[in-house]
Amino acid sequence: MTPSRIAFAAILAKDLRSELRTLQSLPAMALFSVTTFVIFRFGLDRTSLSGSLAAGVLWATLLFAAVLGINRLFVAEREEGGFDAIRLAPIDRSVLFGAKVTALIVYLLALELVAVPIFALFFLQDAGGLGPLVGVLLLTDLGLAATGTLISSMAVNSRARDLLVPLVLLPLVVPLMIAATGATEPLLALGGPSYHRFGTWLMVLGLYDLIFGLVGYAVFDFLLED
Amino acid sequence: MYGKGLKPLSIATVAMIALALSLVFFYAPLDGDQGFIQKIFYLHVPLAMTALVGFIVGGVFAIAHLRTDNRKWDAYSYVAIHISVIFGVAVLITGAIWAKASWGHWWVWNEPTLVSFLIVFLMYATYYPFRYAIEDRDRQARYASVFAITAGAFVPLNFMAVRMAQSLVHPRVFATSNGGLPGEMLVVFLCCLVAMALLWMTLVKFELTAKSASGQVKRLRRALDAPASTGTSRIAPEVS
Amino acid sequence: MMLPLGAPALPLDEAGKYVAGAYVVFVVLLVVYVAIMAMKLQRIERELREVAEIAEGNKGSQAAPGREAEEAAPRV
Repeated sequence: MTPSRIAFAAILAKDLRSELRTLQSLPAMALFSVTTFVIFRFGLDRTSLSGSLAAGVLWATLLFAAVLGINRLFVAEREEGGFDAIRLAPIDRSVLFGAKVTALIVYLLALELVAVPIFALFFLQDAGGLGPLVGVLLLTDLGLAATGTLISSMAVNSRARDLLVPLVLLPLVVPLMIAATGATEPLLALGGPSYHRFGTWLMVLGLYDLIFGLVGYAVFDFLLED
Repeated sequence: MYGKGLKPLSIATVAMIALALSLVFFYAPLDGDQGFIQKIFYLHVPLAMTALVGFIVGGVFAIAHLRTDNRKWDAYSYVAIHISVIFGVAVLITGAIWAKASWGHWWVWNEPTLVSFLIVFLMYATYYPFRYAIEDRDRQARYASVFAITAGAFVPLNFMAVRMAQSLVHPRVFATSNGGLPGEMLVVFLCCLVAMALLWMTLVKFELTAKSASGQVKRLRRALDAPASTGTSRIAPEVS
Repeated sequence: MMLPLGAPALPLDEAGKYVAGAYVVFVVLLVVYVAIMAMKLQRIERELREVAEIAEGNKGSQAAPGREAEEAAPRV
């Protein structure tokens, strides 16, 4: 294994272990999602959702829950000198980016493992669309993770830390959300899942992931300079 | 020397704007569909195109900044984005006026280019609070460049996604913004586009010159061991 | 190029108001920008004046250091 791969595995393992032990972000994200679903139930005055409403409620909730996790992504690095450690290590610094993106994807998947079934329980009449929804979730998580990690790494070194991530990240992920909801809406349609433009939306998601994954990977080195 | 060439550039800009305005009101034929209201198109669309290219140029300057570590590129990037944001305000307001005139509402969601532009504008509007939140000057410049590059990559993706989200059933508000402009209109449009681009360049050069002058004064102060003046900007990069 | 002789297409009905509004917005924004830059220019001018005065003051004190040192010396 090359030093970079060792470092990648080490950082990822440290992050996941730390989260499992302290359980800082995940329970909060999950609870937040469930409570938000309840708020939507009353705010929209509906007990069942389908089509565009269902897609919108699901994705808005997942997005805001993700922001909670993204805010906390680099806090340990900042407080315990993780950034310095990476600067001193003789490896490609973008390894930190890769490891953090992967960790964030894991958190998001864990969140969705809890939030999506509960969403289906609360609001959906039939669960037929949930299978292909997994594909949409995966691709969107990739995009969210790439942009979230990038913005979070900058926000953690600033003054208005918690404010900066929602402020800058939200416009940035609009195309991602457009594609995610576009793909999800027909899946959750009233009469059963349909695949209207499903392939096209998946391609848009993939394109977004590719572009921002590359951009993040390319610029991350410059972010760590001191 | 940033001020060099500013005079010929501004003269060219004024001449071009005068020519463009004359063409719009004296030469361009009246549109069959929208009538006189279509004249707003010659203002709104060149403003939008110039602003968007300006944002991308800001991203290119940011790449130069990260690669050369020369702070002047950060100043160029900041000013390019700054002027484009101002143009963006003009785009949104003229777009709203056009929407009200053609459609009766001040804002319409079924015009994908206008909606895309709103999102791009919101994205770049966060550039200022973002810069403001980072105290260390060096870091601020670097992070701002990362922002400009990321946002630059975001612009085309955003336009694509919003356009795709359009239901094909809804009629477009700004019908003439689809291709197929008759020859005379195209000539006028191109003149307006050139005029806007020149205006953008003049304003960018103007602002860089002002920043440079300010920077020279600071240099003088330092050289004379004079006390620093109050009122320095926290976010605008210095040019020296 | 065929320029039609005579009046420009400027009807003073509803449509005209909107078109005028749009162009006025553009001009207003431009003028506001110029005004802000004018204020910046004023500040630069003021600071330059201050700095010039300081520079002249320095030149003056360099020409006569002896006298000032004498004056500054504590009187016993």
